[in-house]
Amino acid sequence: MDLSETISTAIEALLLNKMRTALASLGIVIGIGAVIALVSLGQSSQKAVASQIQSLGSNLLTVRAGSLMSGGVRSAAGGATSLTYEDAKAIMESSQITTVANVSPELQQRAQVIAGRNNTNTQILGVTPAYVDVRKISLSSGRFIAQQDLDSMAKVAVLGPQVVADLFGEGANPVGQTVRINGLSFRVIGVTVAKGGTGFMNQDDIVFVPLNVAQKQVFGVDYVGSISIAAKSEQVMDQARDEVGYFLLARHKISNPYQADFTITSQQDILGTMSQVTGTFTMLLSGIAMISLLVGGIGIMNIMLVTVVERTREIGLRKSLGARKKDIIAQFLVEVLILTLVGGVIGMVLGILLSYVIANLMGLPFTIAVSSIALSIGVSGAIGIIFGLYPAQKAANLSPIEALRFE
Amino acid sequence: MIQVDHLSKVYRRDSVETVALSDVSFEVKKGEFVAIMGPSGSGKSTLMHILGCLDTPTSGTYILEGKDMGKLSDDELARIRNRKIGFVFQAYNLLPRSTALKNVMIPMVYAGIPKEERIRRAKELLEMVGLGDRLEHLSNQLSGGQQQRVAIARSLAMNPAIILADEPTGNLATVQGEEIMRIFRRLNEEGHTIIMITHEPDVAKYAKRIIYIRDGKIDDDYFK
Repeated sequence: MDLSETISTAIEALLLNKMRTALASLGIVIGIGAVIALVSLGQSSQKAVASQIQSLGSNLLTVRAGSLMSGGVRSAAGGATSLTYEDAKAIMESSQITTVANVSPELQQRAQVIAGRNNTNTQILGVTPAYVDVRKISLSSGRFIAQQDLDSMAKVAVLGPQVVADLFGEGANPVGQTVRINGLSFRVIGVTVAKGGTGFMNQDDIVFVPLNVAQKQVFGVDYVGSISIAAKSEQVMDQARDEVGYFLLARHKISNPYQADFTITSQQDILGTMSQVTGTFTMLLSGIAMISLLVGGIGIMNIMLVTVVERTREIGLRKSLGARKKDIIAQFLVEVLILTLVGGVIGMVLGILLSYVIANLMGLPFTIAVSSIALSIGVSGAIGIIFGLYPAQKAANLSPIEALRFE
Repeated sequence: MIQVDHLSKVYRRDSVETVALSDVSFEVKKGEFVAIMGPSGSGKSTLMHILGCLDTPTSGTYILEGKDMGKLSDDELARIRNRKIGFVFQAYNLLPRSTALKNVMIPMVYAGIPKEERIRRAKELLEMVGLGDRLEHLSNQLSGGQQQRVAIARSLAMNPAIILADEPTGNLATVQGEEIMRIFRRLNEEGHTIIMITHEPDVAKYAKRIIYIRDGKIDDDYFK
């Protein structure tokens, strides 16, 4: 029996019971759709993480206060008050440290910001002019905080675009206007360019003020929360981390590195962890999707077994007219393969649509790998063969006499 | 053409043995029209299945056109059923929801005959049994007599050595049955070898030779 005849016979058989055919392939549609959507979203978020590394600067180290081991208990990083503006200045000016390009001490706390009748709760970041260089910030209007603002302790503020939108409306230019932070008036001198990012990574929902103003007048503290350090290049990151680490240990008079009152992390550490988490989630969800694919396959096997019983007479007749075992196996396998492949293609299209919609909703770049298309075709074909072979063989092994007698 | 020697068939189920055929021997020559008669349970259906290569004997030999059928594999037997034997069943056994033309083409599909040739031959055969105007009718839209005529056309598709008919008129009214038997007689006159199972003497009278089977043995075997 030639292939085209087998295929047209299979299609006729499948069309005889359209509802059953549709329901049987639905399991594959859902399974493949879920796998494609999840794999694609996983790739999208990994891509987003990679582009965030680029935007944050791949040569960035962050020193945070805290992580003091006392009696075996490690306090939260950033929770302590052990870093000062002087530490940052010393790192910049030290002759022992050769791999650091720039140093930006920062103090970050949340506060209510008011402009006219609008207000928002956002993060207030006390910075020095070095911030622009270290964090690769650019301005859409006005200027950033300058050294003379620190020298004169000027109450000036640079707003992130999200804060501008919240306080002044989308696209407004607030330069020259006044905002109130913790009861103090600040003159707006600039607006940063949107950088993107969501949740705690949001770099647009932020207000920059001079560091010493934030310390002494807004929050009443004398420490800094963290020190961002730009290494001279990506290649000397490890060296820079060691140099800064030993320098601060010596400066804080700590001999045992395990008792350091600060931690140093690179952006890659954080984002590496993030992408690991994303990857684990993707794997987990794909695993669940794979299980639904397995369930779909079992459903198809079940339907095919019922079909074999229903068509016992037909099988007996075909055998008595000269069909060999392999003809019968081919007939049922082709049927089940059409079922799973059509289901796989529909599932693939739905999965791509779904991941496109979700990627747009979550602001992720949309990616579809050719590999996931090959995967869906391959997997649905494999499911067809794995779960179709047993019913097909069962059909082929029917005795023609018994099959012809079957009522 | 057909040579059956000391053929026996024993069914075993749960250590109970049922003898369906015991020591049956006969010969059928090309061009014969044989009716196998006997009461139900006599073993005539078992004999039919063995002659049709649907079943294998427990002992004895069955030689068809000089070939020992006992020594063939499943696939070789399928090939024999396809090329050498044309079946006509009591219940017609056509594929429902499939056209008369497609039903007649099934054996040719398994033989790998090209599509144009299949269609040409199937049309010719359906015209021969008087269904030239029913080619595209679905088999379940045809009357019983018409369905059996489609089945006869199908049995002739590969121009087989023998036509095996199992109670071909059993499900038909007398008039339609006679029509079917006239077709068989005409085929026999054209040179086809026909072996037919029946328990109706009216039907058996069309045959030239009658073999009676009782309790798995040949009781009588005579030419008219």
